[in-house]
Amino acid sequence: MSAADELTGELAPPMANGEVLFEAPWQGRVFGMARALAEAGVYDWDEFRAHLIDEIAAWDRDPAGEYRYYDHFLRALERLLLAKGLIGADGLGERVSAFAARPHGHDH
Amino acid sequence: MSEQDWRAIRAEAIESLLVERGLLDPADVDRVIETYNDRVGPMNGARMVARAWCDPDFKARLLADGTAAMAEFDFGGAQTEKLVVVENTPDTHNVVVCTLCSCYPWAVLGLPPRWYKDPAYRSRIVREPRRVLAEFGLVLDDDVRVRVWDSSAEVRYLVLPRRPADTDGLDEAALAQRVTRDAMIGVAQP
Repeated sequence: MSAADELTGELAPPMANGEVLFEAPWQGRVFGMARALAEAGVYDWDEFRAHLIDEIAAWDRDPAGEYRYYDHFLRALERLLLAKGLIGADGLGERVSAFAARPHGHDH
Repeated sequence: MSEQDWRAIRAEAIESLLVERGLLDPADVDRVIETYNDRVGPMNGARMVARAWCDPDFKARLLADGTAAMAEFDFGGAQTEKLVVVENTPDTHNVVVCTLCSCYPWAVLGLPPRWYKDPAYRSRIVREPRRVLAEFGLVLDDDVRVRVWDSSAEVRYLVLPRRPADTDGLDEAALAQRVTRDAMIGVAQP
């Protein structure tokens, strides 16, 4: 199964005491990526945590719009990967544009 | 999905780049999600609390070294941080927060609830804990001291609630059913 198939498949939201932990599949993917990369030794979890704290602190200083935890989580992961040179800003921009240009129905 | 969500696209783009570079296996991402879905959750912490209520020797070990006591159970998921268990008593009530982000004892409670990560809880539970607890429905007597524990990268806290008075004769498994996630964060009583 390819990564794309995995992403378009249904993902049951994790529950805890009856609460949905992830409100959208991408939140689960981002959480899963952040943990899996740390477990694989690609970075130390504390490095990720430092970026997450920075992201959240920036919102705390100047709250803009609704607080969305996983938006900060996503930005923290992206900035950490860019800072470590594990992905490139140009490559990411191109990939985002390519995915955004797909017909609807393949944009999960 | 009727409209494209830029966050979903961005997350997928990042994942695809990492997979291409051989840094990430999508199956590992699935495994992390499944672990928190099925095997790691508040039931783990509830089992520890119930055993502490039944077994004074285990309770002593749990309070002395939470990380070591946790290892007596076969919980899934990696807990690399130190686990510190704080005991509620008739004159002290404990409550846990992470003021900087969302640190939480994952291995014994799973992922934190939404309110735990919200700015309002993170700031207010430190400033006005009694009022916040009352909003959760937990009204404490004036002579009960409230201690707020701020989690960190190194140390995660779990509250050992007081055993309810009406549970005489219940065995460990039945007691575990009475222990809620919120009681182990300290915003409720079992």
